Amino acid sequence: MTHTIQSIREGLLAKKFSAVEIAREALAHAERENPKTNAFLLFSAERAVAAAEQVDKKIAAGEEPGPLAGVPIAVKDVILTRGVRTSCASKMLEQYIPPYDATAVERIEAAGALVIGKTNCDEFAMGSSNENSAFGPVRNPVAPDRVPGGSSGGSAAAVAQLSAVVALGSDTGGSIRQPASFCGVVGVTPTYGRVSRYGLVAFASSLDHIGPFGRTVRDAATMLEVIAGRDPLDSTSAQAPVPEYAKHLDGNVRGMKLGVPIEYMKHATGETASLIHRAIDELRALGCEVRDISLPATDYAIASYYIICTAEASSNLARYDGARYGFRSKSSATLSDMYTHTRGEGFGPEVKRRIMLGTYVLSHGYYDAYYLKAQKVRALVARDFTNAFQSVDAIVAPVSPFPAFKIGEKVADPMSMYLSDIYTITGSLAGIPCMSVPCGATSDGLPVGLQILANHFQEEKMFRLADAFERLSRHRS
Amino acid sequence: MKLTEEDVRYVAKLANLDLSDDEIARMVHDLGSVLEHMEQLAGINTDGVDPMSQVLYDAEETATLRPDMERAPIGNELAVANAPAAGNGYFKVPKVIERQ
Repeated sequence: MTHTIQSIREGLLAKKFSAVEIAREALAHAERENPKTNAFLLFSAERAVAAAEQVDKKIAAGEEPGPLAGVPIAVKDVILTRGVRTSCASKMLEQYIPPYDATAVERIEAAGALVIGKTNCDEFAMGSSNENSAFGPVRNPVAPDRVPGGSSGGSAAAVAQLSAVVALGSDTGGSIRQPASFCGVVGVTPTYGRVSRYGLVAFASSLDHIGPFGRTVRDAATMLEVIAGRDPLDSTSAQAPVPEYAKHLDGNVRGMKLGVPIEYMKHATGETASLIHRAIDELRALGCEVRDISLPATDYAIASYYIICTAEASSNLARYDGARYGFRSKSSATLSDMYTHTRGEGFGPEVKRRIMLGTYVLSHGYYDAYYLKAQKVRALVARDFTNAFQSVDAIVAPVSPFPAFKIGEKVADPMSMYLSDIYTITGSLAGIPCMSVPCGATSDGLPVGLQILANHFQEEKMFRLADAFERLSRHRS
Repeated sequence: MKLTEEDVRYVAKLANLDLSDDEIARMVHDLGSVLEHMEQLAGINTDGVDPMSQVLYDAEETATLRPDMERAPIGNELAVANAPAAGNGYFKVPKVIERQ
């Protein structure tokens, strides 16, 4: 279905179709497409149709059906859905039925959205290719022999293959932006704390975000408006009022000051670099003032990020012990065996690697050299952005050094996979809003995304720029 | 500093993770190459820099607090519903005698 949030709303209000019809159409399409990509782990037809019936009832009664009325949405399987299995793409939680909804899910459903299914991802959101799922990799809908990116690969693929209009993903170091870039859709990582993490299965709590995918900037902005805002159940969620992001998308960016980080562009080569340079030229033609900026701590960001995220992960994943929920090993004769065998059999290779790395950097004698040092470097990365935003409104950069790579190409070398996150983890460490917006395709037809970063709580500026750029690209193609 | 098999076995024990011999060998290699990359952190001066453990922005001192109001809990039945073994509203685990 090629609908947008707006076209569904207009169709519903004009009685061209019902929400139940939309739900059935989206589910049928998603189920038909799924064997090609493995984007969905599960379909929630009953729940989607029940939500659609509510929307139709409201419309029949002349009530406001909500800003996401009748919109089919895919939800990443690390975000809890009450009564609907949430596995985190892990054997550990293969049978887990959440007793409550994530706040983001509660909000989209209260806004009239139809949750059609749960999407595949890297196990516990750990990965950059979606190859770490315990239930098989996701294939890129644009090029089935290639990865969709990760970790929110299923959500990006579901939107790209027209099975869902929008999707929820999660981003810790690039897990929304990178798959959005690889699949040719829009993906948004909001300011840290902008969206409640209540019900998002924890990976690295100081870095985890929930954010939207859409096929247009306007749809992603509309969705963020719904899920953003203070939640008493997440003490790190921000009090700041939520602006009407979609209202001010007027295409006017004249006079906006943009920074291009020299440290990012010096490594950028090939077709990705050419497409980013073309995008920058086009933004200049729209009236933006473009200048070079420096983010000197960039070269140290990957080391800092992979120490902090694995340290937090090793702590967060200690809860999977076979006692209270999830998998328990059959060889659990003693309590000690239950812990070690459950974790040894239940977790996949990448999750184990990160638990080990995190445990190591936190262990006695290494804490100062790794963990504390990484947190100081994180402060320097954040300071770079604070300094940059004194002279620019937004930063533009690549999302990934290369487009979607072949399935299997990088699995043997975890370090090379980690290095591919260079452009996305800096924004994550600083907690600033960032997004990927499509900026063209390589000669092989592989999508490339332009990353836009703004200062804390400046999502409005980011969306305005992305929308203006999107109008121009639509005109071009 | 090179990571040894002994280091990996020690860390696996800390992490309550049962690893096969093959997995141990793979970890020695994989963690070794990642830690080698981490070494470069020594090259950046962080004197006088406060560690950043959270994303912080201006907010009132009580911004993280919520009103002290009663909320209905999810209830015992639902709380143990996902347990691999439960009985009488409790989680059941193997008998605890002594931890090696």
